[in-house]
Amino acid sequence: MYGGGYIYDPESKNQATIVEDPEMLAAFEAKIDRGEKIEPTDWMPYEYRRQLIRMIEQHAHSEIIGALPEGTWITRAPGFKRKMALIAKVQDEIGHGQLLYAAAETLGKSREQMLNDLMSGKSKYSNVFNYPAKTWADVTVIGFLIDAGAIINQLANSKGSYAPYCRALKRICAEESFHLKQGYEGFVYLATGTPTQRTMLQDAVNRWWPPIMHFFGPADKVSVHTEKLMRWQVKMDTNDNMRNEFLEQYVPKIWELGITIPDPKLRKNLETGRWEYTEPDWDEFFRVINGNGPCNKERLDVRRWVEESGRWVRQALYKPNEMYKMPLA
Amino acid sequence: MSSLDPRINRLDLVKTLEAEDIAQHQHWETYEVFVQAKRGGHHTHVGSLHAADHDMALIFAKEQFARRGQCHNLWVVKTSDVYALDTEDADMFADNNEKKYRNPGGFKVSDKITAYKKAQKQDKTETDD
Repeated sequence: MYGGGYIYDPESKNQATIVEDPEMLAAFEAKIDRGEKIEPTDWMPYEYRRQLIRMIEQHAHSEIIGALPEGTWITRAPGFKRKMALIAKVQDEIGHGQLLYAAAETLGKSREQMLNDLMSGKSKYSNVFNYPAKTWADVTVIGFLIDAGAIINQLANSKGSYAPYCRALKRICAEESFHLKQGYEGFVYLATGTPTQRTMLQDAVNRWWPPIMHFFGPADKVSVHTEKLMRWQVKMDTNDNMRNEFLEQYVPKIWELGITIPDPKLRKNLETGRWEYTEPDWDEFFRVINGNGPCNKERLDVRRWVEESGRWVRQALYKPNEMYKMPLA
Repeated sequence: MSSLDPRINRLDLVKTLEAEDIAQHQHWETYEVFVQAKRGGHHTHVGSLHAADHDMALIFAKEQFARRGQCHNLWVVKTSDVYALDTEDADMFADNNEKKYRNPGGFKVSDKITAYKKAQKQDKTETDD
């Protein structure tokens, strides 16, 4: 599972402009143009490294924080099979987090530092996980639609230029298809169930639609920075294109079950082939991402609690003389 | 704070103010993991993980890389024990395909055999005449 469209991270004002060696840069870009992947020990521009670390790190945080709203439902999952499947899914998400942290580590930022930045609020994670999963229907909506969005995003990113990220995403995408199927099954089960089940599902869709529309991030500004991210194959498609792809694939699947979507403007324009919708409330998006959503505090508090409660174990096993090395690939 | 999750409400989440200061290397060392999908195959590198020792690395490797799908055996190796070439040195392999004498394709005999057979046949025809 993952969140979100990636937006160029502007450099701090105190950072002097970094001028790359033009020859190295040209060789690097030629490599990408030839479709070759970049490995950790290859030369890469400062900006490429910085933007990738931030993107992969956010992705990793989204996986481990994303497991929290679902994890809360393990004890209350309806039925044994669903409970087992949900446990398996939550374990997958944590596993994805580990794979992604390892990929980010190959770029030179330690896992410890990434977790510190998550807990201090410096690093972000997908905004959707700052909303609560109120009923079981919310869990099926997350499992179906958020994971569907994640697959669109991750499949695009898995064709990017940085090899360790691509390798991690390949593993992740294979597992996500199980999540999507599991979520869809639960979704269909409720949609074709009793009137109460249908109402519960409709309520959950109504609640989750705005965060789902936020999921791919605001429209990319047309700028040299966005162009550079696309040129370096850090970003593989625009946020709007990915949102459109999601609507194209999944809105018909919701509508065919007689579930409505709380957006009167939502329709496919047959002339342009693109979906039209009410512009998501981006003020709300930025308000929540900056810490003011319904669950931001709870998510980070739980993360901190886990970190602190497990620390004595890690410290007991800590060997100060071990030689630390970044993961290789 | 009241969560929708009863388990979270039972936790004492207040005493967690020092969490966000994990010292460097508190998550131990990294290990590279190799999976042998089935008996008789190669062990293939699949990724890395953090662990305190080899035993823990094997347990985590099983959880992380062998949850589903095929796995017959696992290896874990400390990343710091892997000595690797620099990827920038890949050009040393660039002329590998030019070394025809290292490949079966570098040794062509059929032309010679055909020529030989043809010559033999001709000799025979001349003698018969």
